Amino acid sequence: MNAIETRELGKRYGRTWALQDCTLAVPAGRVVALVGPNGAGKSTLLHMIVGLSAPTQGDIAILGSLAPGSADALNRVGFVAQDTPLYPNLSVADTLRLVASLSPQWDEPNARARLADLDIPLSRKVGKLSGGQHAQVALAVALARHPELLILDEPVARLDPLARHDFMAALMAAVADDGISVLLSSHVVAELERVCDYLVVLARGRVQVVGDVDELVDGHRILTGPTVEADAVSAQLDVVGERRADRQTVLLVRTTGRAAVPRGWQEEPTNLEELVLSYLRAPQASALPGPSGQALRRVSA
Amino acid sequence: MTIDKESSGGVQFRLDPTSGVPTYLQIVRQVEHALRLGYLVPGDQLPKVKDVVAGLAINPNTVLKAYRELEHKGLAAGRPGQGTFIEGTLDVVPLRDQQALHRGLTRWLSDAMAAGLDEEGITALFSSALHDATRRKGVIAS
Repeated sequence: MNAIETRELGKRYGRTWALQDCTLAVPAGRVVALVGPNGAGKSTLLHMIVGLSAPTQGDIAILGSLAPGSADALNRVGFVAQDTPLYPNLSVADTLRLVASLSPQWDEPNARARLADLDIPLSRKVGKLSGGQHAQVALAVALARHPELLILDEPVARLDPLARHDFMAALMAAVADDGISVLLSSHVVAELERVCDYLVVLARGRVQVVGDVDELVDGHRILTGPTVEADAVSAQLDVVGERRADRQTVLLVRTTGRAAVPRGWQEEPTNLEELVLSYLRAPQASALPGPSGQALRRVSA
Repeated sequence: MTIDKESSGGVQFRLDPTSGVPTYLQIVRQVEHALRLGYLVPGDQLPKVKDVVAGLAINPNTVLKAYRELEHKGLAAGRPGQGTFIEGTLDVVPLRDQQALHRGLTRWLSDAMAAGLDEEGITALFSSALHDATRRKGVIAS
C-alpha cells in the first residue's frame, strides 16, 4: 500500500502555481523527508495531503485510496502544523481534554505516559512551556490519536539542538512501536539524514528528486580529478553538479548503469546533504523514478 | 552528572556524523568491535530497536538493517517476539600472536620514520598497501 499517491497534482494561487505536475508514490511504513527551499511548495503539498486545501488540478489518494479531508482520512491521518499551534492559555491537561472531545480515537493513557516521560507538568499553561516542551505536547497529542500517517510541517525548525534530538527520538520511537508512516518537511537537510529513509525534493513548485535515501546515496558518487579533463569526463557521465577550480574539479554524478571511474580520477561516496544541495543548485537536473510503480486510482469524482 | 541507562543489551551505540560511514554500518562495526573485545558474547541480547532509536534519534529501519546485516554475517539471530541475540563469535587472534605482530609493525614504523615519512605519509602508505592486499586476497578467494 502507498501512504501517499499523487498524480499531476497542482495548486494555483491567483496567477502563481505554488505546485505543479507533482506525481508521487510514497510507500507506507516509511519516514519521508520533504525538502526544498522556502517557497518551493512544501506546505502547499502538505496542506493538500491533509485536506486543508483543494488541488487546482490532479489527484491525491492517501493510505491506499482515501480522499484527503474525508471522515476516514481525518481519523487516520495526524497533522502537526508549522510552529505546532496550540492554545497558549489552556493548561496541558485542558489541551488533552479538548483534543479528546474532538477525536473519535483518543488514547489518554498514551498521551499522559508520553508527557510524564518528558516531565511535562499537566497543570502548566501551554504558553508557559519551553519551545521543546511545546513541540512535544503537539506531538503527544497527534500520536495519542493513533494515526496511520503522521504529517509534520517543519516540526523542529525553531528548536534548539537538544530539543530537536529529543523530538526526533520521540517520533522515531513511535515509528518503531506503531509502524506509522511519517512525512515531514524541512529546509534543513543535515538533521534528516539519520531520521528519514525516503526523500522528496521540491524546487520551484516541482518535484526534483524522489526515492529511497540509501538507493539515492548509493546511486551517486563524487569524482575528483584534473580540470583540464573535466569536459571530456563530464561528457561521458550523468553529471548533476560540479565545482571547478583552476586545477581540480569535483563532480557529483549519477552512476546508474555507467560507473567506470576515469583513469586518474578519484571516486568517493556522497551523503544526503551534499546530494540534495547539488540538485537544488542545478534546477534542470532531476532524479525521478520512471512511470512504472504509479497505480493511482481516480479518487476525485 | 546523569548517566543514561539502556534498558536492554550490553552495549551502547554511538554515532559519528562526520565519519562518512553509513549509520547502519557504524552499528554493525560497533557490535563486531564489542565481540572482539568481549563486551558481547554468544547469548547476549542486542539493544532493543526501540531503545536504540529513542537514544540516538535514528530511523528504526536503520537499526533493523544493521541487525539483518549481523544475521547475514552469522553473528546474530532474531528470536520472534524477543529481539536479536548474539550467536557467533569473531575469530580472536591469540594475544601472543598479536604481540608478535605489534613488534613487527613497530620495527616497520621506525624504518618508515627513519626514511623520512611523517604520520600522514605512513597512514597513506599503510592504507594503500592494505587496500592492495585485501584486493589480492579477494581475487585469490574468488
